[in-house]
Formats: sequence, C-alpha cells, structure tokens
Amino acid sequence: MQLRYRQQVTATGVSVVALALTLGACSSSSSSSPPSGSSSSSSSSGGSANLSGTLNASGSTFQLTYQQEAIAAFKSIQPNMTVNYGGGGSGKGRTDLAAGTVNFAGSDSPIPAKEESGFTGKTILYFPVIIGPITMAYNLSGVSNLKLSPSTIAGIFSGKIKTWNDPAIKADNSGVSLPSTPITLAVRSDSSGTTANFTEFLVDAVGSAWTLGSSSTIKWPSTARAASGNPGVAQVVKSTPGSIGYVDYSTAKASGLTFASVKNKDGSFVAPSPASATAAADSVTPKADLTFAAVWQGGANAYPITYQSWDLVNAKQPDANTAAMLKAYLGYLLGDGQKLLEQIGLAPLPTSLDQQAVAQLDKITS
Amino acid sequence: MSTAAQVDPAAPAGSAGPLAHRRPLGDRVFQILAAAAGVLVLVILALIAISTSQQASSWFSTAGWSIFTVDWNPATNNFGAMSFVYGTVITAAIAIILSVPVSVAVALLLTEVVPRRWARPIVYVIDLLAVVPSVVWGLWGNLVFAPWLYHIYTSIASGVKGIPVLDALFGQPVSGASFFTCGLILAFMITPIVTSLSREVMATVPAIDKEGAYALGATRLEMIRGAVWPHSQGGVVGAVLLGLGRAMGETIAAALVIGSSPVITSHLFAAGYDMPAVIANQFGEASGEFRAALIGLGVMLFVITIVINLIARGVVERSARRKRGA
Repeated sequence: MQLRYRQQVTATGVSVVALALTLGACSSSSSSSPPSGSSSSSSSSGGSANLSGTLNASGSTFQLTYQQEAIAAFKSIQPNMTVNYGGGGSGKGRTDLAAGTVNFAGSDSPIPAKEESGFTGKTILYFPVIIGPITMAYNLSGVSNLKLSPSTIAGIFSGKIKTWNDPAIKADNSGVSLPSTPITLAVRSDSSGTTANFTEFLVDAVGSAWTLGSSSTIKWPSTARAASGNPGVAQVVKSTPGSIGYVDYSTAKASGLTFASVKNKDGSFVAPSPASATAAADSVTPKADLTFAAVWQGGANAYPITYQSWDLVNAKQPDANTAAMLKAYLGYLLGDGQKLLEQIGLAPLPTSLDQQAVAQLDKITS
Repeated sequence: MSTAAQVDPAAPAGSAGPLAHRRPLGDRVFQILAAAAGVLVLVILALIAISTSQQASSWFSTAGWSIFTVDWNPATNNFGAMSFVYGTVITAAIAIILSVPVSVAVALLLTEVVPRRWARPIVYVIDLLAVVPSVVWGLWGNLVFAPWLYHIYTSIASGVKGIPVLDALFGQPVSGASFFTCGLILAFMITPIVTSLSREVMATVPAIDKEGAYALGATRLEMIRGAVWPHSQGGVVGAVLLGLGRAMGETIAAALVIGSSPVITSHLFAAGYDMPAVIANQFGEASGEFRAALIGLGVMLFVITIVINLIARGVVERSARRKRGA
C-alpha cells in the first residue's frame, strides 16, 4: 500500500517535472533557471547507456522535418529520453539558448555579431546537421529545362528583368523559345533562414550588382507576391503562370514544382538535388568552430544555392546527465540519423565534415 | 474590533449590533477583492507597457525620429514604421466603413422590424460568425476569397482606368492579397461584435418612448430616428470603437491576406502591410535592433489603441451628456 503510494508520488513528480519542462519550452524567454535533464538516475556519460530525461530545443524550421523524423526514430534507441523540438525560427532558437530555456538551438546561420552579447562567458559549439538546396522554382508552360546564371537571378529578383523573353534569360538558354509572359516574383512574407541564405548566395555570387542586401527579411520590389513559409511560396508558384520563387528542395519536390538549373562557381549549370548539395558542402573548408557557408562553393557538380543548419549547444552543461543526453542525441543526428535525410529531400553531410562534428561531441562537458 | 462597533455611540442600540458587525466584514472582503482585481488589471497593463518599451528602447534611441519614416529594410538596418501605421489605419478604416452600416442595419432589423421569434435564429447565425477563429478567416481569405477577388479587382481596375481619383484608388492589382481584401476580412470579423452590442443597446430603448413616437403619428423610420437612435447613439459609437480596436489588433488573418509589402500607396488593391502582421511574420528570425523595432511596433500599437479608447470614451460621454441636456 505504502509502496504503491510512493510510486504514485514519484510518477506524479516526474510528470510535473516533464510538464514544467514542456511549459518552459513553450514560453520563450524570461524564465531564469536553465532546464536540466532531471528526473533520472545519474547514468554516466557512456554513449550506449540507458538514458532518461528530457531535452528541449527550438529554432530553425528548416530542421523541423528532420528533427521530427529523428526524434521518432531515436525513441527506439533511447526509449526513456524525450526530445522536444519547437521550431519558431533560428532567431527564436538563439534567443532561447541565450536565455537558457532550451538545451540546444537550431540555427541556419552562425550567431550574428549583434547577438554575441547574449552569450558572453559561454562557449557555444556548432554542430552542422543538415545540408539542403534552395530551388529556383518556376511556372512557365512549355519550358521544362530552364537555366539561370546568378546575375540573371539577381536581375529577376530585383525587378530589373520583367519578362521571360528578356535578353539575359535568353543568353542563359540558347535555343529555347521563351514566351513574353511577365515575371511574377514569389517571395517569403515571414522572415526566414531560406531568404537569408538565398540572398547570401546572391551577394557572394554577383557582389554589388545585387542591391537588396542579405537578411532574413528583404525589401522586395512591391510587385512581388509574398506568402508565408516554403509551402506558401510553392503554392503561389504553382497557381501563378509566369512566376518564379525560391523554395527549399523538399517542399518544391513535394509540391511537384519545376525548378531551374543554376550556374555554379565553376561555370556549369547544375540542377538541385541532395547529391549536388552534398557536393557543394564537400568543397567547404569549415572554420575551427565548424561554421561555414555552403552557398557559392566551387566544384563541378556543386549546386550553388545550398544552405546548412547547425544545432547550437553550450559546451558547459549543468549536469552529467544532460551532457550525456545531448551527446547521445546529437551523435544520432550526425550518425544513423543522416540516413533519414535523403527521403525527406535534404542532403547528408559530407563524410569529412560529419567526422569533424562527431569529434567535437567530446567538448560537451558538465 | 466587535467591541468598537458596539460602543459606537452613533450606532442604533439593540439589533443593529450584530448586523453592523457582520456587514462590514463581508463588505470589506468584497471591497478588497474587487479592488485587487481592478488594480491587477492596471498592474498587468503597466508591466506590459514597461517591459515592451524597455525591450524596444534600443530602437527608439538609435533610430530616433527616423521611426517615423517609410523605409523598413532589415537588410540595411532601417526601421521606419509609418508604412505599417498607414496600413493599420487604412485597413481598419475600410473595415469600419463597410461593417458599421451593415451592423447597425441588422441590429435595427432584429430589434424593430423582425418579430422576436424570427430574430432569435438570426442572432444565432450572427453570433456563430463571431466564433470563427481568425486563422480560419485568414486561410479562407488567402486561399478562396483573395483569388476570387483578384478577378473582381481586375475588372474594376480596367473599368476605372483613366478616371482621375478612382484610378489612383482602384488601380490594377498584383494579386488578390491587398489592403482592401484585408479590410473586407476584418469587416466580416467585426460585424458580429458591432451588431450584437448595438442590438443590446437598442433593446434597452424604453417601449414608452417608441409608443409615444407612434402616438404622435410617426412612421417606423421616423420612430427609429426620433426615439431609438438618440437613445442608443452613444452605445452604438462605443460598439463601433470596440470593433475598431479589434480590427486594428487583428494579427493572423491580416498577416495572411494583406500581401506583406511595406509601402504607402493610394492604391487600395495593392499589397500592403500592417503593424500586427509584420510582428507576426518577422519576429521568428529577428534579433538585435530588428527585434527591438518589432517590439517597438507593438508599443506603438498599444499607444494608438489606448488613444482610440480614450477618444471613444470621450465621444460616448459627450453624447450621453448631450442627450441628458436635450
């Protein structure tokens, strides 16, 4: 009787803690105490040990599908571990990590200089987890094999190239008959890592010829049609003849959109695919902290508009169990989890980069 | 404390003792509870105002007067808010202009024209509109209504081409998402509220006033003008201003149908932006001054809403005073 009562109390305690952690993940900032993966027997940091507890994360929506798939698959490896990945955008992830309300954050870009003050005194480790191409999806009946060079893309998205039979587009597609249909731009209405990396590509590739800058939100020409999320842009492209938009590969593929081959740094036109994205990441020379930009990389088969996402983790964790859980989950994301990527339209990390990231796992300590 | 009540010389002798003892306690508890609830609301409001202005302060201090410019461009760190203020004002104005006549007419219909047993089902249907979640309005507006409106806009635009003022207002649209679409959706959303509040005010018009008007030989229209309208004017104005507050603050429906283009233009069919929508759209990836600017937009919206509420109160009080004088 007494035993059962105690069990009940423990169970209630566990669920209260879990609830508190979930709530902590939902409310973004302010709460001061960092969540620690509590409620477990202190199993040592061995990779294969049976771990229990909760990891909370938020951030990049580019990672969201992968995180969901990985969390579901990870359940069979560590059944007593719960991982929550909340999405919300890279900016939100970094803010939450700075406030200490999440155990790790997904971000499509390194911490920008103006946010560094939030991380003073902490060492943040970058774990690259996914690579993916951004497609130039278009809707132009009769043209199935469009080729675009970066300067043409810059002209189109700054509103200087207004019709599909513009000389610049013709020059990229010799021998193809292009209609005089006006071009409709499809862009993101919400701020996005996709926008940031797409414009980063334009800045890197054409330099000052791209005048709108690089940011998660761009002041597009006022004739552009804005929609929310990659699926929103895909929907606009699909329903508007003459339109072109930047859509991440998995969404473009799922929506059945046609997309252009883009001229890369070596001068060859490459179609977006997981393989050409991995080829782009293969040419990357990451910095010591594993930050890099996969856009506009050399290599004959590299797709030039390839972007990446990291999971950001505090090197110093509050307790051994949280550190062990982070190592186990991130180890999975970098290991077997990579096999899940291709079927959801993302690309696995090239081997060398993956190995560097795995080696970095040991830097997580308590 | 009970002895103090008993020795009070002003208190009547005898049975008043226990009564005087019991009532103040209950009264005091009630008073404290009610006061606490009232103060709590003010404290929460104050805390919201303080924390948001604090987080927005870096925008106000670095941008200075340039917050009142049109240029909103996170890529170049320019955060001018006026295109959003403009969008908020324009869409709310469209919503009010379209919704108020309909709401007042329906309220009059329900109270003065239709027999009570028919009025009830109509009221149910209108109240049903009020429970449609705003994201449903937004998605319907975005996926169904806006593409359909696009054709109507196009034909209106070609119809008014070359006519001086109309051409500038109703020019050729880029897509169905625009200031006007947003105003229409907001009008749908606030109509049930304005209608039911107006209806309740009109229901309080004394029957004797109405019968008096009829007795003087008034027609139904004259009765409404002479008896119902003066009595309910203040309440209707209050209802309209509540609807205005909702229209200005509506976020997700506006974000989905307004077109997300920060411009100031006379073209109502052009894609625009308003304050709640830009906060919802851009907050996820915002950091630093960008984030401060978005929170600052929230502060501005807060201030504008308070000002409108104060004006509303003033209007209602003045009309009440005028009525008392008459």
